[in-house]
Amino acid sequence: MSTNTFHDTAVLLKRSLRHILRSPDTIITTAITPIALLLLFVYVFGDSIRSGHGRYVNYLLPGILLITVASGVSYTAFRLFTDVSGGIFERFQSMPIARPALLWGHVLTSVVANLVSLALVVAVAVAMGFRSGAGIRAWLAVVGVVLLFTLALTWLAVIPGLTAKSVDGVSGFSYPLIFLPFVSSAFVPTGGMPGPVRAFAQHQPVTPIVNTIRHLYAQQPVGNEVWIAIAWCTGVLLIAYVFAMRVYHRKTV
Amino acid sequence: MTTTPAIEIAELTKSYGDREVLGGVDLQISSGTIVALLGSNGAGKTTLVKILSTLLKADGGRGVVNGYDVATQPAQVRESISLTGQFAAVDEVLTGRENLELVAQLRHLENARAIAHDLLARFELTDAAERKVATYSGGMCRRLDIAMSLIGSPPVLFLDEPTTGLDPQSRLEVWKTVRDLAGQGTTVLLTTQYLDEAEALAERIAILHRGRIIVEGTLAELKQLLPPPTVEYIEKQPTLEEVFLSIVGHDDFTELGVPR
Repeated sequence: MSTNTFHDTAVLLKRSLRHILRSPDTIITTAITPIALLLLFVYVFGDSIRSGHGRYVNYLLPGILLITVASGVSYTAFRLFTDVSGGIFERFQSMPIARPALLWGHVLTSVVANLVSLALVVAVAVAMGFRSGAGIRAWLAVVGVVLLFTLALTWLAVIPGLTAKSVDGVSGFSYPLIFLPFVSSAFVPTGGMPGPVRAFAQHQPVTPIVNTIRHLYAQQPVGNEVWIAIAWCTGVLLIAYVFAMRVYHRKTV
Repeated sequence: MTTTPAIEIAELTKSYGDREVLGGVDLQISSGTIVALLGSNGAGKTTLVKILSTLLKADGGRGVVNGYDVATQPAQVRESISLTGQFAAVDEVLTGRENLELVAQLRHLENARAIAHDLLARFELTDAAERKVATYSGGMCRRLDIAMSLIGSPPVLFLDEPTTGLDPQSRLEVWKTVRDLAGQGTTVLLTTQYLDEAEALAERIAILHRGRIIVEGTLAELKQLLPPPTVEYIEKQPTLEEVFLSIVGHDDFTELGVPR
């Protein structure tokens, strides 16, 4: 059973990766919004936002990485929706394929596609002057946190992918995810925000994740925040996974 | 009646909320026969096929396919069947060859490439093998769809309205394919709303109406019954078809040999 799951997942992963290779625009589109935000905030608002120590691009990149993932997973939902509405999902379901493989193929594709988009965004940031003295361990920690965040949002995206009635419904779900970083420490420090906004910004998941990545890049101690970040990601991941599986099993015998 | 039934359906029920779709369906299908399930839109044909192909759970009753219970042994049922749904379930981004290889790999067959090669030839898709399916015509899509269903030679084949939305030429192509299959011993349960289709293909015909099988028998047996009102409308189609075909020409598909 488990070897079948592995084999079937690999076959389905290869299939969706082919989709991406044949329309690389999905990866580029995923990266365009975050890159535009990076350019806008660094070159237009950068000086007014943060005159002082450090480059603003260094401050901004962690939040932009999260926005990249948030916009990337909308394609995950879209790809799944296309399968479900097009009928090929039913074909797969009526075939002797390991049940988990159908979703894991899409989830792993999402991870690969997001990593490529993230690499593009980091490359642009480096061209704009982003520098980090982080060592290999700090980089690996960054990748780990971003990967966990990607998995959490991907499983969240599986839910609209399976349930949406229209393409609009699919793409709509990611907007709140893309805008969540704006009310966090991603663009400006939360200290200057008015009371209730500050309270929200300091207690929503994006802030500890952004701060953790930022500290890792800046070679500063990550403190408690890394655990809060991991707890948020793991929590969202587990809840989204359970819900997605429940929806999936309701769709199948 | 000596052969074991390939499909046994007893007292099968299914409702969506308050709306009863299947109200106790009973049907037996012998191995190696083509049975047409005839019914108007909303009669419950697709629901029945989805239950038998493990995509839906029945509320009550029993469905047995190839000796396996659809509710308790879905994995074994999936090993025994292939479903060709109402809309061609093909991957439009992949090429025809890749679609076939994908299914062969998912069925854990070796020689995916050779299997794809054979089926492409058999369904006259060799020339289009390396093209994206998005560029295929409706008839080609359907042929590819059915070709994908044949991989692994499952003993039971469900064809849910295989010719709905197809032009007359493609329709005849599909008919020919189904006849060839039956010649090889595959059990085919075909749903259709076209009487001429049932007449042309099926050895036995079952009429599903308001969630129940109201008539089941051979064509000769059915002809002794008064036709339901829908028949009148549908029976005119062959005439129109003949007109259409005589204008566009018959040659394209009378020569559709199936190279083996």
